[in-house]
Amino acid sequence: MAHYVAPKQGKLSQLFDVVVLMALTFGALYIPMFLGLAGGVKTVPEGAGQTWEAMGQNAAQIAQYNALGFTDPAAVSDIINARYDYSFSMTALLVMVVIIVAYYVLMLKFSETEYREVIAEKFDK
Amino acid sequence: MADFDIASKERDGMGPHGTNVGLLRVLGPAHVWALGVGIVLVGEYMGWNFAVGKGGAYAALVACWFAGILYTCVAMIDSEVTSTVAAAGGQYTQAKHIVGPLMAFNVGLYLVFAYTMLEAANAITAGYLISEVARLSGFEGTLDQRPFIILSIMFLAWLNYRGVLATLTFNLVITAIAFTAIIILFLSTTGIVGTSIMQHADLMSGSAALPYGWIGVLAAMHFGLWYYLGIEGTTQAAEEVRSPARALPFGTLAGIMTLLIAATLTWYVCTGLIPWEFLGDGLNGSVAPLFTAALLTNSQPLVWLLGVGTLFATLASANGCINDASRAWFSLGRDKYLPGWFGAVHPTFRTPYRSIVFLVPIALAFALKAPLDQVVTFSILSGLLNYTFMPLNMIMFRKKWPMGSITRGYEHPFHPLPSIVLLLLCAITFFAVFLGYGTQLVAMIAFYIVASLWFHFWRYRFVNRASQFTMPWPRPKGY
Repeated sequence: MAHYVAPKQGKLSQLFDVVVLMALTFGALYIPMFLGLAGGVKTVPEGAGQTWEAMGQNAAQIAQYNALGFTDPAAVSDIINARYDYSFSMTALLVMVVIIVAYYVLMLKFSETEYREVIAEKFDK
Repeated sequence: MADFDIASKERDGMGPHGTNVGLLRVLGPAHVWALGVGIVLVGEYMGWNFAVGKGGAYAALVACWFAGILYTCVAMIDSEVTSTVAAAGGQYTQAKHIVGPLMAFNVGLYLVFAYTMLEAANAITAGYLISEVARLSGFEGTLDQRPFIILSIMFLAWLNYRGVLATLTFNLVITAIAFTAIIILFLSTTGIVGTSIMQHADLMSGSAALPYGWIGVLAAMHFGLWYYLGIEGTTQAAEEVRSPARALPFGTLAGIMTLLIAATLTWYVCTGLIPWEFLGDGLNGSVAPLFTAALLTNSQPLVWLLGVGTLFATLASANGCINDASRAWFSLGRDKYLPGWFGAVHPTFRTPYRSIVFLVPIALAFALKAPLDQVVTFSILSGLLNYTFMPLNMIMFRKKWPMGSITRGYEHPFHPLPSIVLLLLCAITFFAVFLGYGTQLVAMIAFYIVASLWFHFWRYRFVNRASQFTMPWPRPKGY
C-alpha cells in the first residue's frame, strides 16, 4: 500500500483548528444555558406550604434545620418543596436512544475504515 | 508472542514517537493511587449529594453501590489494557491501537472535558469553602470567590508545569489527609468513639425514604457516578511510572477499594445528620456535605478538620485533573490529532507544559461562569461516554490480540462479564441523565458528532497513518 505523507500544517491553520474546537466546546455548554434549556427541571409546586408542618418536616428534621441556622421555615421552603418532574414521553426517550446508538455506530464504522488503513500501512511492508 | 517487555526502561517517555525528550519515568504505585483517589475523593466532599436530590437518601445509597460496581468493572478493564498499552493518553492511546483513529479522537476529547470540567467544579467548591470560612470567622457581606478560584487553578498549574513527581507527591499527602478526615468524622459521629449522633430513622422516615419511588433510584444513578468519577485517570500516568505492569493495576485497584469505603462512610454520616432535601440541593443547600455534617456536630476541631479535608480534596482533585487533562491533550497533539504544537515536552521539567498552560483559561472560563450542576453534568457525561467505549474496547482487545499473543501486565478475570455489566450500567445511567438533564445529553452528543465530522473530513489529513501505531505488537487478528 502507498505510504501516506501528511501535509505540513501552517501555524495559522493550527491556530484556526484550535479556535474551531474551542468554539464547539463553549457552544456545547453555553448554548443550552443561553437558551434556558440547561439544568435539572426542579420546580416548586404552586401553593406549596411555607411552615414546617405544611412541608412535612418532623421534629428531628426541624432541629437539624435550626442547627444549620434556619429558624424561619420560609428561608428554606424553596429547597424543601422543590421537586424534579420525571414524566417523559416515550418518543423523547426513543429519540435519545437512537441518537446515542447512532453516535457509537458512526464512531465504530468510520474508525474501522481508518484503522484498516493504519494497519495496512504499518504491517504491509 | 511478540518480543516485548512491558516493563522495559528503554521505552522512556516519547521514545516511540521519535523525539529526543520524553516524559520522566519517576512514579510508583503510591503516586498512581494518589492520582486516582486524589481526583475522585472530592466526589465524596461535594457533588454526590445531587443523587440524594434526584431520588432521596436510599436512592443515593443504591446508586453509590451500583456505581461502585460500574467503576470496579472500569478499574478491572483499565488495569488490563493500560498495563499493556503503557503510554500517556490513557484510554485515548488504547482506542488508537484497538478501535481506530476517530474513536480515539473522541475518547481524547471525553478525557480532556471530563477532567477540565471536574477541575472547574473543584475550583468552584474551593471558592465556596473559603467564603464559608470567612462567614464563620465573622466576615459580614459577600466575599468575592473569584480571586480564590483563579489562584487555586494557577498555583496547581504551576506545580504541574514544574514536574510530575512533586505534583503527585503533593497529591499523595493531601489526599491521605482528606481520606483520614472522613474516617475521623465517621468514628466521632457514629458511636464508635463517643456518643452516636446519627438520626437515620427520623431523617429518612415516611416520604423522606424514597420521595420519588423507584424511578428516583434510577435517576440517582446520574450523580451516583460522582462518587468515583475519575478513577480511570490513573491510566494517564502510564508513561511516567517506573513499572507500568506493577504500579498501574496495584494503584488503580487499591484506589477503587479506598473509594468504595469512603463513599459508603460519607453516605452514612451525611444522611444521618442532614435532612435529605437540604443535602440533595448542592447549589442552595449543602454545597459541601461532609463540611455541613461537621457543622452539625458542634465540634470545632471536626469543623476545622473537615474544612481542611474539603479544601485538600478539591485541590488534590484539581491537581490530578490538570495532570490528566494535559496528558490527554498532549497525546492528541503528539499524534497530530490536534495541532502538533501541543505535543511538546519541557526540556528541563519533562512535562507537557504547553498543554498544561493552554487548558488553564478554559478551566477558568467554566469555573467562573457556569453553575456547579452544569459543570458536574458536563463532566459526568464525558465520563459516561468514555465508560461506554471501554467495554467495546476490551472485547475488541481480547479479540484482536487473544490471550498469549502479547504480554499483558495484568489479566482481568471473568471476561467478558465485567464488560457486559459495565455496558448495562452505562445504559441505565444514560436513562438516569435523561431524567432531568436530557437537553445537556443531546447537546453533548451533538457536540461530539460535529467534532467527529470535523476530525474525519478535515483534521485527519494531518495525521500520518502508520506512525500512530506505536506499540510493538503483532498484526491484529482478522486484519
